[in-house]
Amino acid sequence: MNEFLGLLFAPLSYPFMVRGLVAALIVGIVCAVLGTYVVLRGMAFLGDALAHAILPGLAIGYLVEGGARPSLFWWALGTGVLTSLGIGAITSRGQVKEDTAIGVVFAGMFALGIALISTVRSYSVDLAHFLFGNVLGVAPQDLALISIFGGGVLLLVALFYKEFMVISFDPLLAATLRMPTKFLHYLLMLMLAATIVISLQTVGVALMMAMLVTPAATAFMLTRRLFPMMVVSASIGAFSAVSGLYLSYYVNVASGAAIVLICTFIFGIVFGIKTLKGSAQVKLH
Amino acid sequence: MGSVFRKIHVHDTSAPSVAVRGVTVEYDGVKALEDVTFELRRGERVAVVGPNGAGKSTLFKVIAGVLEPSKGEVMLYGGEPSRHICVSYVPQRSQVDLTFPVTVWDVVMMGRVGRIGLLRWPSRRDRELVQACLELVGIADLADRQIGGLSGGQQQRVFIARALAQEAEVMLMDEPFTGLDVSSREEILQILDRLQEREVTVLVATHDLSQAAQRFDRVLILKQKLLGFGSPDQVLNPEILQEAFGEQLHLMGADGSVIVFSNVGCCGARGGDNE
Repeated sequence: MNEFLGLLFAPLSYPFMVRGLVAALIVGIVCAVLGTYVVLRGMAFLGDALAHAILPGLAIGYLVEGGARPSLFWWALGTGVLTSLGIGAITSRGQVKEDTAIGVVFAGMFALGIALISTVRSYSVDLAHFLFGNVLGVAPQDLALISIFGGGVLLLVALFYKEFMVISFDPLLAATLRMPTKFLHYLLMLMLAATIVISLQTVGVALMMAMLVTPAATAFMLTRRLFPMMVVSASIGAFSAVSGLYLSYYVNVASGAAIVLICTFIFGIVFGIKTLKGSAQVKLH
Repeated sequence: MGSVFRKIHVHDTSAPSVAVRGVTVEYDGVKALEDVTFELRRGERVAVVGPNGAGKSTLFKVIAGVLEPSKGEVMLYGGEPSRHICVSYVPQRSQVDLTFPVTVWDVVMMGRVGRIGLLRWPSRRDRELVQACLELVGIADLADRQIGGLSGGQQQRVFIARALAQEAEVMLMDEPFTGLDVSSREEILQILDRLQEREVTVLVATHDLSQAAQRFDRVLILKQKLLGFGSPDQVLNPEILQEAFGEQLHLMGADGSVIVFSNVGCCGARGGDNE
């Protein structure tokens, strides 16, 4: 027992490790909660695209400010917001389908980001940081921003709980109830952009998708109401984030990858059990 | 109840419950509805009959105030539909994500969301009303079930209960009988009888002509244009039906009194609207 506690507390003697754990925990929970809407509304592709489209914002921030972390955060957030509004604007014209609009904007922005970063000499190292995250490099100011925006997203999920449920389940009902459907849709997009930005340092652009989708997809198989789905999803996200970071500490693998692998492992187990038991019969209360 | 959802609207109970005047809807130059005009009385039950792509769903969306007509106007009790919260669209079951993690109770409570308002939780009155609506359609015992696990008839009743929770005075039901067995259809019709006692005006899109003839006050025949609107005896005659259904319809018997369809239902040809 003492040995186990020793293993558990040893990494906590490093302040960067404590900050990394707290950041991963917040990100794991926020991504998993918002992820329930990503899964239920079929926004997975949008989430992935937004994560990639943020790259030019990071690149400009990096070039202009020389890589100071908090300024990168604001550049990324600005780019994320602009991209989500841009995709919405292109789609609402009705000439291009949403997934096509997302594809066009996503690839174009990502290419712009790579082009900008490639003008810097240490190209591959910097790009790798953006793509795969660096949770152990979380500075105290970063942690403050992650907490504020993560808390903000969770607060909005709670405040607009019934509204988001209705627009996700039945947009036509939302319209006949004269709810502000456009406003709610854009609000959800902005919350997604903010969630992605606070997650960049933990899992990076490339693995963002997993944090948004995998815990929620696992929770979807285990629950039959929205609120329990959020709770189960958040628990899986939190557990994966913390245990993934320990895994990376002791086995010395990339932290983002370790977190995602644990998420995926849990999904695999639940999916396997569900398949064996015969689909949707046994749903938890 | 200071809700930002609420808007001031005209609700004149002496005006027709639904008045559609010269409504035309065009999508990319194709007319989904053309110059449709009719008025409904409070509490009457009308079957909307027409082939696939006839514009039934489009008509419902215009009446529900979620689609602006290109020309003409719709009035509900003398007010614009987009300001009314008392009109309910009961969706086709195939258009609903039945795997969504919500229970019967949750779905019916959704009908209250517009009246509860932003940043508020359901009150005791909301919960009592939901319970009463569940009891009215006879599914109170299913309140805790996830909607995907119900039968088609039960699902249809959930959405009717939701419309009741919305306090709908005009209900638009899109193909509620599709895929239901005879006894489920009969149960739904009995619920519609109860709605009529409450003076709810109900428009039902249906393929079932004999049901339309027997169980509805008036029948509205639609194929982009309004081909006929009146009592079943007046409207369900071979000429109008031939015009509406064309090749799908085969008249048999010496006087054309027996009508047979060759191509109806969900698998039929699709037209300009998303049925």
